[in-house]
Amino acid sequence: MNRTLWLILFLLGLAAPFVVYPVFVMQLLCFALFACAFNLLIGYTGLLSFGHAAFFGGAAYITGYLVKNAGLTPEVGVLAGTLAAGLMGLVFGILTIRRQGIYFAMITLALAQVVFFIALKSPFTGGEDGLQDVPRGMLFGLINLGHTYHIAGRPLELNLYYFVFVIFCACFWLLHRTINSPFGQVLKAIRENEPRALSLGYKVERIKLLAFVLSAALSGTAGATKSIVFQLASLTDVNWHTSGEVVLMTLLGGMGTVLGPLVGAFTVITLHSELSAIGSWVTVVVGTTFVVCVLAFRRGFVGELARVLKRSL
Amino acid sequence: MHLSSQMIMAQMMLGLNNGAFYAILSLGLAVIFGQLNIINFAHGALYMLGAFVALLSYTRLGPLLGMPGFHMNYWTALIISPLVVGLLGILIERIMLKHLYKMDHLYGLLLTFGLALIIQGIFTNYFNVSGTSYNGMPEILGGAMNLGFMMFPTYRLFSIVISLAVCFATWFVIERTKLGSYLRAGTENPGMVQAFGINVPLMITLTYGFGVGLAAFAGVVAAPIYSVSPIMGEEMIITVFAVVVIGGMGSIMGSIITGLSLGMLEGLTKVIYPPAANTVIFFMMILVLLIKPAGLFGKDQ
Repeated sequence: MNRTLWLILFLLGLAAPFVVYPVFVMQLLCFALFACAFNLLIGYTGLLSFGHAAFFGGAAYITGYLVKNAGLTPEVGVLAGTLAAGLMGLVFGILTIRRQGIYFAMITLALAQVVFFIALKSPFTGGEDGLQDVPRGMLFGLINLGHTYHIAGRPLELNLYYFVFVIFCACFWLLHRTINSPFGQVLKAIRENEPRALSLGYKVERIKLLAFVLSAALSGTAGATKSIVFQLASLTDVNWHTSGEVVLMTLLGGMGTVLGPLVGAFTVITLHSELSAIGSWVTVVVGTTFVVCVLAFRRGFVGELARVLKRSL
Repeated sequence: MHLSSQMIMAQMMLGLNNGAFYAILSLGLAVIFGQLNIINFAHGALYMLGAFVALLSYTRLGPLLGMPGFHMNYWTALIISPLVVGLLGILIERIMLKHLYKMDHLYGLLLTFGLALIIQGIFTNYFNVSGTSYNGMPEILGGAMNLGFMMFPTYRLFSIVISLAVCFATWFVIERTKLGSYLRAGTENPGMVQAFGINVPLMITLTYGFGVGLAAFAGVVAAPIYSVSPIMGEEMIITVFAVVVIGGMGSIMGSIITGLSLGMLEGLTKVIYPPAANTVIFFMMILVLLIKPAGLFGKDQ
C-alpha cells in the first residue's frame, strides 16, 4: 500500500463534509471503524463473531448514559465506552475463545443476546425508546461539538465532523499497525494453521483473546462515537441484525484486506440510505447480497481488485 | 415467598411445551450438522415458514383456488407443510449449499443467515409482526383436560406428546435402523460410505430436506399456541443455538434431553424470578461453557 493512496484518502476525508452531507460521512466513518475492528478478528485471526453488536451497542449506551447523566465531556465519554466494550470483550473472550468455528459464532451470538435483553430491560437504557437527546457537549470542555457553521449557505457541523475523523484515523492507524506488527503476523499464522502456531510455542489462546479484546474495544469506540453523532443509543445498535450487518460489510468489501471494510461499509450504508424508501424489502436485499457474496464473490470488492492487480491492498 | 406447587407444575408443563419445540429444532440442527457440517441459520425462518404454510393454507388457499369455503384442515397441514418446506430445503441444498461443503464451515453459516433474512424480510412485508392467530385448531383438541394435579389445555398436551413422538421416532431411525447406520457412518467418513455404493450426495440432500421438514413440523404444531408472526423464528433460533451449545451436537438423544430440560428450567424461572426467564438459558450456557466447554453431551475436540 503506497503513501500516495493514503494521502489521497486522507485529503478526501478532510474535504468530504464540504461535498457530501456530513452526518452521512460521519455515519460511514463510525461503521467503517466498526467493520475494520471486526475485520481484525475474521480477516486476520479467522474467528467469526456473531455478537459484535453487543460491543458496538453496549458502548453506545454507556457513553450515551455517562455523557447525558454524569456530564462527561465527549472525549472522556468515548474513552469510557471503549474501555467498557474492551472489558465486555474480555468476558466474552474468556468464555468463547476455547471453542472454534461455528460454536464460536453461536456462543458470541447468544452472549450478545444477553446484552440485548439487558438493554431492553434495564432502567437506565430507556427500553424501547433508547437513550435519546445525548448532548454533543464541549470537547475538552473548550470546543462546542454542536456548533454549526454556515458556509456557502450550507449548515456544516465541522467541529463534530473533525472530532469523528480524528477518532477514525487514530483507530484505523492503530489497527493498521497491529496487523503489520509481529503480533499481526502471529495472528495470520493462527488463521492459516492453528496447531502449527501452537507447536511453534505461541500461546494461541492468549493471543486470540488479545485480538478479541482489541476488536471489541475498537468496535466500542465506533459505537460510542455513533451515539455522540446521532445523539442516540437504541436497541437497533445491540440487535443481532447489526452483528450481521458488520459481517456483511467485511465480507462484501473483502475479508483480510486493509481497505475492504471501508469499501464494504460505504456500500452497505449507501445501500441502506438509497433503499430506505422500500421499507423492509431492504432486509431481503441484504439477505440476497449475503447469498451472492458467499456463493460467487467470497473475496469481496477489494479482494478481487487485489487479485487482478496481483498485490496486497 | 410462598409458591404453590400447582403454580410450579403449571409453569413446568408450559416449559415442557416450549422445551419440546427446542428439542425438535435442536435435533434438526444436529442432524443437519452431522451430515452437512453446516449450522443452519435459516432453521428459525423455516420454522416460521412452516407455521405460515399452515396459516395460509387455512385462510388464503381456498379463495385462491376459487373455493372460498375451503380451509385446509390442521391434520393435512401437519403433513403438507413439512413436505413443502422440506422440498424448498432440497432445492436450497441442491442449488446453493452443495457448493460450500469443501469450504470453511463459516460460509455455510453466512449463506443460511442470508437465506433467513430473505425469508423473514419477505414475510415482514406482507404480514404484521405482532402476529396473526391460527384458527384451524381441530375441535377435538379444544378445551382443557384434568391431569390429576391440574387442568391443562388439551392442545398443549397434544403438542407435547406429538413433538416427543417425532423426536423419539427420529432417534429410533438414526440409532436403531439400517438407514440410520448409513447416516451415522456418513457423519464419520463420507468417502468410505460412498465407496460402499451408497449415494452419499442424495443422502445429504434428503437429510437437509428432513431437517428443515422437522422445523416446519414444529412450526405447524406451534401455530395454534403462539400467534403466527414473521419474527417468531428469529426469537426461537438464538435460544436454540444456546440449547445446541449447552447440549453439544454429538448426540441425538442429548439434543432431545437438553431441549426438554431447558424448556422446563425456563418455565421454573418464570415462577421463581420472572425477569430472568428470557435469559436463563443463556446464563446456563455460560455456566456449561465454564465447566464443560464441549457441551454436556459433546465430544471433546
